[in-house]
Amino acid sequence: MKKAYIEIDEERCKGCGLCINICPQKIIRFSERFNSKGYHPAEQNDPEGKCNGCGFCYMMCPDVCITVYRLAPVRGETQ
Amino acid sequence: MEYKVAYKMPESLSKKQFSYCPGCHHGIVHRLIAEVIDELGIREKTIIIAPVGCSVFAYEFFELDGTVAAHGRALAVATGMKRARPDLVVFTYQGDGDLAAIGTAETIHAANRGERVTTIFINNAIYGMTGGQMAPTTLLGMKTTTSPYGRAAEREGYPIHVCEVLKELRGVAYLARTKVNSPKDVITTKKHIKKAFLAQLKDLGFGLVEVLSTCPTNWGMDPLRAGKWIDEHMVKEYPLGVFVDKVGEEK
Repeated sequence: MKKAYIEIDEERCKGCGLCINICPQKIIRFSERFNSKGYHPAEQNDPEGKCNGCGFCYMMCPDVCITVYRLAPVRGETQ
Repeated sequence: MEYKVAYKMPESLSKKQFSYCPGCHHGIVHRLIAEVIDELGIREKTIIIAPVGCSVFAYEFFELDGTVAAHGRALAVATGMKRARPDLVVFTYQGDGDLAAIGTAETIHAANRGERVTTIFINNAIYGMTGGQMAPTTLLGMKTTTSPYGRAAEREGYPIHVCEVLKELRGVAYLARTKVNSPKDVITTKKHIKKAFLAQLKDLGFGLVEVLSTCPTNWGMDPLRAGKWIDEHMVKEYPLGVFVDKVGEEK
């Protein structure tokens, strides 16, 4: 199970590349697809589950398109 | 175990897409303001005053009430609003062409009177919306459409340092200069913005945060190069730091 993952709102993304540059694990890349504005949006490519949910991409995204999810224990559950 | 949201769009931002160029730092600062408003729980009583410039539609992007002032007069409008309704939180969001050029008088006098308002000042050393003309904050030697050979001190004068001018005024309660081109700086900028709002909420005086920001389009650079350019050139001319802090601890 992955420790964390991100979701990118591709329609909102303008393909500036700031998240790609800042990602410490280098697991974000430009998509091959275009969005309706004509940009190549960013997408996460994380087959090895390297994302740890640090949130750097979220902090640097000027268009607030990134949501970061982290794996957390549910209350009452033992690890 | 289940996935929980660690970071998501703050509640105080409307879902409307920003009208800014790719890589422009306006969006980061918008998000930080919205996060601070969420944390302080003041969304229902906050008013934004947008400037003239790229961020002229800023009131559309926040889930707040707001208006637009005439060019440079955001702080004059904010003064009226705050004096008529002291129970509200009023902040202006201005660029360098708005705050430091046509609005210099309004800025200095609002700060000197110690109006209980907050200003977020975006300094990108250029007029963005009108197509890259020279601003009072343009660096020496920087090429713009109206200084095509580079700004020269003998012809166009020296860049104006807004924080250094305002720090002598006794009405100012919080004054800081910061940048947002790395996650560390984004976190410190958020703290500065929060304190500038606290200066107003604690009734201490005027609060201003100057954010050194990029304009990739008019600087003629890609967003990554523009971010590095801030470290290489802008920070040398505009040193970062806290100039006035009467707020104390964040509580």
